[in-house]
Amino acid sequence: MARVKVQEAPFDIAAETAALLAGRQDIGGLGCFLGVVRGTVEGRALRAMTLEHYPAMTEAAIAAIAAEAERRWDLLGCTVIHRTGRLAPGEPIVLVLAAASHREAALAATGFLIDWLKTRAPFWKKESYVDGGEAWVEAQAADDAAAARWEG
Amino acid sequence: MSGYPLHLLYFAWLRERIGAGAETIAVPGEIATLGELRDWLSQRGPGYASAFAAGKTVRAAVNQVFATPETALHPGDEVAFFPPVTGG
Repeated sequence: MARVKVQEAPFDIAAETAALLAGRQDIGGLGCFLGVVRGTVEGRALRAMTLEHYPAMTEAAIAAIAAEAERRWDLLGCTVIHRTGRLAPGEPIVLVLAAASHREAALAATGFLIDWLKTRAPFWKKESYVDGGEAWVEAQAADDAAAARWEG
Repeated sequence: MSGYPLHLLYFAWLRERIGAGAETIAVPGEIATLGELRDWLSQRGPGYASAFAAGKTVRAAVNQVFATPETALHPGDEVAFFPPVTGG
């Protein structure tokens, strides 16, 4: 059963990693992906990124993605934490941890989780630029392609 | 069938164009599917017309589960409309 959290507050990677490893000796590898707010978008300086989500649906959607990862790989632990609200460049947005007995499953499951999160969890990003403009981030064909490589 | 209530939610630029994030409305009984609801909503006013304009990709969920235009609607359903997701 994955640990899923959606929160405005920052998260502590060391504490989350320690929680996954606590009291067990069967884990041989822990995959970690940390998503971070970039400071420029196509040459335009970013002031902040605001993440909106669908509260009644978000955690269940992430849990369903994590359950699919647990179906595909023998995971010994899984944590997904996604932040919402207003974030500044350099701030972490999302943490994915996947633990397994060997690195292949841990790394593959980590990649799968972040690829599916980007296309199947109800979050929307709005960018606010230093020049005063604002724009909703458009879904990227590259993200769909990255998610699609896990199908079939 | 007479009209029935739906709880509607709008996110991101759909919320901004429609000017509300949530509303409960009575829809005509002949609206049976999500696709029919979307067509009916697009006639409700300029904000709705803009939100559901052709060429704009709009996704939806019924009772917090991703849905398609063919998804059947029932009284009291929670129907959310939103752009393609951009989290992660």
